[in-house]
Amino acid sequence: MLKIFELIGRYFILMGKVFSRPEKMSIYLRRVVFEIEALGVNSIGLTAIISVFIGAAITLQMSISLESPFIPQYLIGYATRETMTLEFSSTVVALILAGKVGSNIASEIGTMRITEQIDALEIMGINSASYLILPKIIATVLFFPFLTLLSMMIGIIGGYGIAFFTGIMVPADYVEGLLYSFVLWEVIYSLIKIAVFAFIITSISGFCGYYAKGNSLEVGRASTRAVVASSITIMIFNLILTQLLLT
Amino acid sequence: MIRCEHIYKSFDGRTVLDDISIEFETGKTNLIIGRSGSGKTVLLKTLVGLHEPDSGNIYFDDTCYTSLSFAERKRIRKDVGMIFQGGALIDASTVYENVRLPLDLFTDSSEAEKRERVDFCLSRVELSNAHDLYPSELSGGMIKRVAIARAIVMNPRYLFCDEPNSGLDPQTSIVIDNLIHGITKEFGITTIINTHDMNSVMEIGEKIVYIHNGRKWWEGDKEGILFADNRELNDFVFASAMAKRAKSNIMR
Ligand SMILES: Nc1ncnc2c1ncn2[C@@H]1O[C@H](COP(=O)(O)OP(=O)(O)O)[C@@H](O)[C@H]1O
Ligand SMILES: [Mg+2]
Repeated sequence: MLKIFELIGRYFILMGKVFSRPEKMSIYLRRVVFEIEALGVNSIGLTAIISVFIGAAITLQMSISLESPFIPQYLIGYATRETMTLEFSSTVVALILAGKVGSNIASEIGTMRITEQIDALEIMGINSASYLILPKIIATVLFFPFLTLLSMMIGIIGGYGIAFFTGIMVPADYVEGLLYSFVLWEVIYSLIKIAVFAFIITSISGFCGYYAKGNSLEVGRASTRAVVASSITIMIFNLILTQLLLT
Repeated sequence: MIRCEHIYKSFDGRTVLDDISIEFETGKTNLIIGRSGSGKTVLLKTLVGLHEPDSGNIYFDDTCYTSLSFAERKRIRKDVGMIFQGGALIDASTVYENVRLPLDLFTDSSEAEKRERVDFCLSRVELSNAHDLYPSELSGGMIKRVAIARAIVMNPRYLFCDEPNSGLDPQTSIVIDNLIHGITKEFGITTIINTHDMNSVMEIGEKIVYIHNGRKWWEGDKEGILFADNRELNDFVFASAMAKRAKSNIMR
């Protein structure tokens, strides 16, 4: 238990270093652009593929379980939209990105630690924590909301696709459901969530990598720890944010 | 000049540096020698501030480094260059970007000035046509050269080298040793080199400190080392054929 508190303490000390004044703004901006490409743009494919299948699957499942003359068919479209916007495109996408981006960050920074690249930066007088982690945090917090929006749209399209191609329901009903009782706040709520989750993934993974020590085995362990710790933290904050924002 | 006084350092209750006091001289290649695991790397990293000593003081010329604040240390870091055992080049950057990084972050030089400075440093280490290669594409000797170029790009007054020729063939080792020695003389740098290689000692050693199990056992120059009256040191020194030969030559 004590160890957890010690870890959390070290995490906040590291964040203090990460958020101290950057050496040179222009260099940091260049790194942010680079990280948007590396961590964000490169995740579009994965997000899109998973979203289209999940959107289709939800529509399929809903149309099977809601198959009753007493239930209006448009509810299937409604259910798909709600599931995507409220939970899948933010929380589940964040968990997927924790696996992809989190392990990537932890292993990259962990390798830099054990091969003394971080020491080399420190010797030059560079604030290595800030130099390595801050651009990644900014890049993911800015870009992951786009992935969430993309996921919502593609998931909904996936649902439409399955309705259209299998004929399991009338596509027009699906579209009616999509528009039924639409609340913009739910989308905003999701975007706020993903921004927080992006921060959680990147900062925790950066932390795990930054304090890796030993050899390549340890880098592997650091990257596993990063995924596990950020996933659990995401689940906890999902509850907290939902309580705060939706009720 | 760099001086350390009564440095102690332990990890998890195990003492690694035990009361080390040394003065390293300006414009000379100061060598820290000792077997693997004797504490050379920890000593070097403690001197540059990558490890905090448990107690003791470190002076860079007249400045007491150990009592400086974080921001004040940063100023001294600008005068420090370091060559790490594995090179520690940034994997994601090319040779050119690696050498240029400190210039980007800490100077307001123009593009052309930076380019010129990087070119100068790379040509000083005789590596003029590798600008666009990545560290993974370099040989061990080239990595060390880039590391040297990066270490000198900011005109350091102090140069730290951790086993600069480990993992290199004997010929390349001599080239690297001579490069560091030449740079030390050319720019009047205070250079401290960790090594377990007696060839380096005989080749470029000026002031030599022998560390054993985290303690300073002996210090002197390279003539002195051949005639030192210290069994541990003799075992270390005369494990090298070159040292044996050197001694018998002198005796004759
Ligand atoms: N960060 C560390 N944590 C714990 N022990 C360490 C650490 N760094 C070095 N040591 C220990 O200190 C001793 C000296 O290591 P080192 O200075 O690397 O030796 P060398 O003379 O080969 O460079 C070794 O026994 C090593 O296990
Ligand atoms: Mg060592």
